[in-house]
Amino acid sequence: MADEQKPEGPVPSAPEGQGTPPAAPPKPAAAAHAPPKPPPEMAATAWEGDLPNQIRERFGDQVSACSTYLGQNFVAVKADAAVPLIEFLKLEADFDYLVDVTAVDYPKRAERFDLFYLLYSFARNERLRVKTMIADGAKPATAVSVHAGANWLEREVFDMFGIQFEGHPDMRRILMPEEWEGFPLRKDYGILKQDDRWVRENLGIESGQ
Amino acid sequence: MAETTFLDSTELVLNMGPQHPSTHGVLRVILKLDGEKVNGTECVIGYLHRGVEKIGENRTYQQFAPYVDRMDYVAAVSNGLGYCLAVEKLLNVEAPPRAQVARVILTELNRIASHLLWLGTHALDIGAITPVFYCFREREEVLKIFENYCGARLTTHAFRIGGLLYELYDGFEQEVKTFCDMFIPKVDEYEELLTNNRIWVNRLKGVGLLSAEECKEYGVTGPVLRAAGVKWDLRKAQPYSGYEQYDFEIPTRTNGDTYDRYMVRMEEMRQSIRIIRQAVDKIPTGPIMGKVGKVVKPPVGEAYVSIEAPKGELGYFIVSDNSTQPYRVRVRPPSFVNLQALDRMVRGGLVADVVAIIGTLDIVLGEVDR
Repeated sequence: MADEQKPEGPVPSAPEGQGTPPAAPPKPAAAAHAPPKPPPEMAATAWEGDLPNQIRERFGDQVSACSTYLGQNFVAVKADAAVPLIEFLKLEADFDYLVDVTAVDYPKRAERFDLFYLLYSFARNERLRVKTMIADGAKPATAVSVHAGANWLEREVFDMFGIQFEGHPDMRRILMPEEWEGFPLRKDYGILKQDDRWVRENLGIESGQ
Repeated sequence: MAETTFLDSTELVLNMGPQHPSTHGVLRVILKLDGEKVNGTECVIGYLHRGVEKIGENRTYQQFAPYVDRMDYVAAVSNGLGYCLAVEKLLNVEAPPRAQVARVILTELNRIASHLLWLGTHALDIGAITPVFYCFREREEVLKIFENYCGARLTTHAFRIGGLLYELYDGFEQEVKTFCDMFIPKVDEYEELLTNNRIWVNRLKGVGLLSAEECKEYGVTGPVLRAAGVKWDLRKAQPYSGYEQYDFEIPTRTNGDTYDRYMVRMEEMRQSIRIIRQAVDKIPTGPIMGKVGKVVKPPVGEAYVSIEAPKGELGYFIVSDNSTQPYRVRVRPPSFVNLQALDRMVRGGLVADVVAIIGTLDIVLGEVDR
């Protein structure tokens, strides 16, 4: 989490000190009268126990952190290791229920998206998040082969963020119209933005209003 | 291509919906039929997509709270509870005891209202017209309590981040108790109409089977999972809002068919009454709002909180960047995930059963499409 820069919100709602953009590297001149804020990060603590040790042992340096925040455990892994880890958790640690797959967009970061897999184990009554970072245009492997329920969830991630899943049996949009241009939940997609051409051709409304 | 004659069986593609009375909204199902047999389906959804998650990123935490009521609009109170709990988790505050008990009462009343709407429309789909009138009659009583409490009947926005805005009104306890006393005989009445009704049993038994393994594979939760024999309810497994204080059972059945899901939901209504009776007898005094400022700015971080909504696990995954607006709100909708199992349930069955199976999944398209 330490390398995570705070991205600017889509609407400049929270006034930042002295009008300095929060994600910009602190300039010496600006720093003189406004001490640069450290980039805020999640105050997660290390997650200790048998399971994180097993995960580390199995996946080695592909696991960047096993942490806890507000009592919720998560494992940050490299993108390639995400699906093998989910499979390992399902087979060896009873995490047999894929609750959700979702993403978060950080447009200023080199690896633009955080991809989350939310897991639950009926046997242990525990939750676990698998978190990975991927760049725009990267194609993470699909989890459909491990959890059939990932099908629609990954389709929704593709629909909203434009993240294509490699090996997915049916990588199409799910909520938006098939021919829609753009990915609505990306941060650079404004809330009033729409695919004018699609609206004009299919709804016959000039402005969409 | 081989030549076919009219005697050969060919696949017929039938379009069901989006304007179809038994798809409970604007669900479109493309059915691939071989005579009466369903060879496969494809769901086309998104007609009600309003971009709720995008709206969430552009509103403050408090401003977004009314929007969540518009997803599963027949269980708006549950939606609101899940959202408030998620933000409270990020803020690391808890609602005061009085607010928690009031939340439990209202949420359980909402579960009954949601199940009543399901029962009425499900029976209507199958051809039993009478139950829907009875169900709406009793549901009206629940909605009156909501209206007396917060002025709204459907999209209530009953809870606030940190507790409640409105104090319980005079006579609330009495009204709820009267409802409980009135309602239990009514459940028996519905059961008299349906449970041993031969047409009802023949239409539901063995239809739309979904085993426990398949449920877990697809992430199906709620009554559908419990009807397959998994004794799992978030109110027991990971209690929230003080559910651990109440004595109630998780009804389960073993066959995982449409009939068992009906039986599970009927029993759930009785269990909800049991919880409400216990709660209404011990509403503590005290404040109804926790220590939450006018400006909600959770520290940077992320949290996933889920509750047992009438339809299954309803979760909110919120990422905060320490501003007044959520950086990302993800809603984990039970209807959307449960609907994914539709194909598995109808494949190989008869086309007439598709209606029964859509009904038994108890989906709300406002939540599927968000």
